[in-house]
Amino acid sequence: MYHKTTAYRIFNVFNICLLVLLSIMCIVPLIHVLAVSFSAKSAADANLVGLWPVQFSLEAYKKTMNNPIFLHSIWISVLRTVLGTGLTLLITFLAAYPLSKESSVFRSRNVYSWLFVFSMIFNGGLVPFYMVIQKIHLMDSFWVLVLPGAVNTFLVILMLNFFRGIPKEMEEAALIDGAGHFRTLFSIFLPISMPSIATIALFSMVFHWNSWFDGLLYLSNAKDYPLATFLQTVIIQKDMSSMSMSPKEMELLSQTTVNAAQIFIGAAPILIVYPFLQKYFVKGMTLGSVKE
Amino acid sequence: MRSLQRTWPFHIMLLPAIIFLIVFSYIPMGGIVMAFQNYKPWLGITGSEWVGLDNFRFLFQREDSLQVVWNTLIIAVLKMFFNLLVPFVFAILLNEIRKVGLQRSIQTLVYLPHFLSWVILGGILVDLLATDGFMNRILGSFGIQPIFFLGDNNWFRFTVIVSDIWKEFGYNTIVFLAALAGINPSLYEAAEMDGASRWRQTLHITVPSLIPMVVVVGTLALGNVLNAGFDQIFNLYNPLVYQKGDIIDTFVYRTALINGEMGFATAIGLFKSVISMILILISYRLAYKWAGYRIF
Repeated sequence: MYHKTTAYRIFNVFNICLLVLLSIMCIVPLIHVLAVSFSAKSAADANLVGLWPVQFSLEAYKKTMNNPIFLHSIWISVLRTVLGTGLTLLITFLAAYPLSKESSVFRSRNVYSWLFVFSMIFNGGLVPFYMVIQKIHLMDSFWVLVLPGAVNTFLVILMLNFFRGIPKEMEEAALIDGAGHFRTLFSIFLPISMPSIATIALFSMVFHWNSWFDGLLYLSNAKDYPLATFLQTVIIQKDMSSMSMSPKEMELLSQTTVNAAQIFIGAAPILIVYPFLQKYFVKGMTLGSVKE
Repeated sequence: MRSLQRTWPFHIMLLPAIIFLIVFSYIPMGGIVMAFQNYKPWLGITGSEWVGLDNFRFLFQREDSLQVVWNTLIIAVLKMFFNLLVPFVFAILLNEIRKVGLQRSIQTLVYLPHFLSWVILGGILVDLLATDGFMNRILGSFGIQPIFFLGDNNWFRFTVIVSDIWKEFGYNTIVFLAALAGINPSLYEAAEMDGASRWRQTLHITVPSLIPMVVVVGTLALGNVLNAGFDQIFNLYNPLVYQKGDIIDTFVYRTALINGEMGFATAIGLFKSVISMILILISYRLAYKWAGYRIF
């Protein structure tokens, strides 16, 4: 039995050490940021902070939470996440049902499928897309954050594969009892699709929370930015104009600690939903990706 | 006619999705004609001058655009290779850990970076990798001179590739773990009866069983060969490293929206889309042939 050989035991100890080390490496940067965000300005500026706060201070968080633009950007992000996810769910759910039918039942299915698949593998590119957004007057509108991403073919495929796994007898029974397709979809399919809907909702929520490029591209006023775009301009582009701080305030506060606090607040919702997320996405990924 | 009567609810259900696809996917495709024009915003598509394939000719003549295509290929291919290799090895090693609780905890931690955006991670990395940052202080304690990871053309690609592996290896492990779970245990039992060591079992059972999955994942990644990671590069790069770090997507953004060369930028975008599409079609065909993989 190999489990008992000395060589395997030595390997096992090394293996565990290596993998634990790797997994720690995945969160060390986050812990560092957290530590910086709770440290005093002087300590952070002198680069003294490692993985534990030096001269514990809540100043950075107080400052961040007093910044109205920052708070407003959180609100925009929450709004786009809720509306965007709701819209995506509805459209995906509706579209996946007919597409999950056999071509013999729904003859136009192949035409529709091709419309979806082609849009997934070919696109006009950034410039034409930008011009369409201009032409339909979505520039500088909140809806530019919600509408363009509403249909995601990958999610439709995930959903329709789930529908295919539902026994046909359930649908037949409902149709024989006189329910239409809409009724069948919402009264029969909806309740049993919850695991799949949760998967799609989580994917969509993460997408919306993390999206920043659309805000940067289509919104000209920093006051309308969602959180991710706000962080991108303030932290990556170092554009202080959207920080709305007086020079005196800036002096009092190290930008390092405020940035760290903002980064951490930006990551927080993901860290909070992550435990729920994890349960679903493994199933969701393997569900839609590879069929044996 | 009778079939329409039965299937009208299907068409209505698909209507919203199709409207969105037409507006945000198919209408922009029409804008591709700009690639064949010397596009001027004040003249519009109908008024701008047609220049045939000139924009594409420029693409292969201008030194900067050739460099960009080359950068894209190098970064994407290296990412593809390591994002296949690292999760493959990691999944096998993780599978050796018999303590379920420990295995779960490790998984939970390594999946995490995948869900954070490159804005968040970029903000962290820029601070961490600065010449006086946390990373260089650790290296310094081993007597290594400070390295400017994000501002040095010799280091930028390395930083980009390693940080991408760091972000994604846990998530990419999932498919291999699923495949490992599917291996028939009796194979191992039989091997053990024959006295095979764990190393031999790994070599002769585990690795061959995972090869079909490697082929599928690797083939499908082929379609991404011109996607070197816009989000990541955009949030990590700066003018100092344009030479080695600029990729097609970031280049299109700058030429179109900063320099205003709309026609030229559209042409590069189209070049990328067409090559990507061809690669996707080939890779899906190959994946179907080799492993029976279908998307729809």
